[in-house]
Amino acid sequence: MQLHNLTIREASEMLTNKKISSVELTQATLQRAHEIDPQIQSYVTITDDLALEQARQADERIAKGENVTPLTGIPFAMKDCISTRGVRTTCSSKILEDYVPQYNATVANKLADSGAVLIGKTNMDEFGMGSSCENSALFKTRNPWDLERVPGGSSGGSAAAMSAGLASFTIGEDTGGSVRMPAGFCNVTGIKPTYGRVSRYGLISLVSSFDCIGPMTRDVYDCATVLEHIAGHDPLDSTTYQSPITNYTQHINKSVKGMTIGIPKEYFVSGMEAGVEISIQEAIRTYEKLGMKIQEVSLPNTKYALPVYYLLLFAEASSNLARFDGTRFGLSVSENAKDVIDIYLQTRHEGFGDEVKRRIMLGAYALSAGYYDAYYLKAQKVRTLLRRDFETALASVDILLAPTCPTTAFKLGEKTNDPLEMYLSDIYVVATNPAGVPALALPCGFSNNMPVGMQLIGKHLDEQTLFQVGHAYQQVTDWHKQLPNL
Amino acid sequence: MTNKIDTDMVKHVAHLVRLGISEEEAQKFSGQFSSIIDYFTMLNEVDTENIPPASDITNNKNVLREDIAQPSMSREEFLNNAPQSERGYVKVPTVFGEE
Repeated sequence: MQLHNLTIREASEMLTNKKISSVELTQATLQRAHEIDPQIQSYVTITDDLALEQARQADERIAKGENVTPLTGIPFAMKDCISTRGVRTTCSSKILEDYVPQYNATVANKLADSGAVLIGKTNMDEFGMGSSCENSALFKTRNPWDLERVPGGSSGGSAAAMSAGLASFTIGEDTGGSVRMPAGFCNVTGIKPTYGRVSRYGLISLVSSFDCIGPMTRDVYDCATVLEHIAGHDPLDSTTYQSPITNYTQHINKSVKGMTIGIPKEYFVSGMEAGVEISIQEAIRTYEKLGMKIQEVSLPNTKYALPVYYLLLFAEASSNLARFDGTRFGLSVSENAKDVIDIYLQTRHEGFGDEVKRRIMLGAYALSAGYYDAYYLKAQKVRTLLRRDFETALASVDILLAPTCPTTAFKLGEKTNDPLEMYLSDIYVVATNPAGVPALALPCGFSNNMPVGMQLIGKHLDEQTLFQVGHAYQQVTDWHKQLPNL
Repeated sequence: MTNKIDTDMVKHVAHLVRLGISEEEAQKFSGQFSSIIDYFTMLNEVDTENIPPASDITNNKNVLREDIAQPSMSREEFLNNAPQSERGYVKVPTVFGEE
């Protein structure tokens, strides 16, 4: 039995049956992280002492049988953009390299309350700006399936750690595919919930109107379990929905027979790697065998999703990142500063990487006098059309199915010299965020020995159907059980 | 509309976002920006006559609550992260300069 390959459900059962303790499980996970991670580099920080302390507390809870949840005693890692009190939170940026939050994000509090054990914080593209994790200002994370390739981004550390068995689940964050795209590259399951389903309080924001925190797991069942524990209304985030959380796992086994999958025709055009297309078509046939109906649908504004996404991202990020000014927290460069503006200029010049600089400058450009109507306002109008596309398509089907990326994981360095080329790798995942709809990514095959991911896209607040349809697939396939050789 | 973003424009937007920038960087970004902005002009093809701009995707109306004072982060905790502080305040150089 290998503890690091257990699902949450399996580990939780062993914990409550006292076959293992959380301290044993946590020690095994930490040991593996120390052994394996030097070649993967998924962790920015490993919190050994804190983890063992939390594991001891979890064991006490289990021993007393008090307040035991399916996450009690389970070791997890969190993307380094989510604030953790007393634990360094870097956003993989030089400007926050030594920043230690004085408070917890709501998600961190909820997971602590459920008894989950934090074992570390994971690498990411700086502030979430990237699709390969190569924009981390700290170091580059490798894909456990091929160390010469990227894990995807921006939640690349969370995906790689999950894939390599360095945590029982991880928490990612998806602004425009940042959970789903790396999940696909690394053969893990992950969800971008409906915007407003999970509190953003304490998340270091990239694009406040797109950002969604979501779990990355070994299978759909685990994903549903974690989402149940982190979702819900939060008075500290007024964009969270008041509606109650469904007990996703309770209804996950419901039959999918007779339901309809929509295939967006605009997603199946030139540019897709042959092996990716074969895997997706095979997944569609699997669903047909499960008794689902397949129907072609149209998302006519798909080609505009990428420019809308990036324009709005640049604009919101340029104002969100104004907070990093070198005066209240984080890096401060004040040599010979004659006034406070000098501190801003020097700190931000030294603290931000090139991609961050590009994006905040382009954001200021798109928002500036004379360009606002042509860029920002225009993008917000087309955003309305993107949302209507999903509403129309999902009115006639239960769910949409699409790839997570046109290719499998590319090589390190392959796309770093051309920012626009890198942006194009997000083509299938970005549209859901401006529209706010939820999407579940799961493994569906291999192309040239690298994992292929697909995503199921659902109606607002209908994560239930995503889990049901994703779980049905994983009952008859074993792609999600394939592990990299490490 | 012309999309050529010259180095003066790059320096202008860098100043707007309070980002120090070297001549070399301004030149590098200038070339990259022009091709990215060119890509965005694709949106001009879309007819958005009578289409309202998206503002909130949750359909929330005003979210209100009672204004009740509650304890917040203490001054000491807040100042733990301040690069410079004095007598319980964040310390910075001159804010209102000659400019």
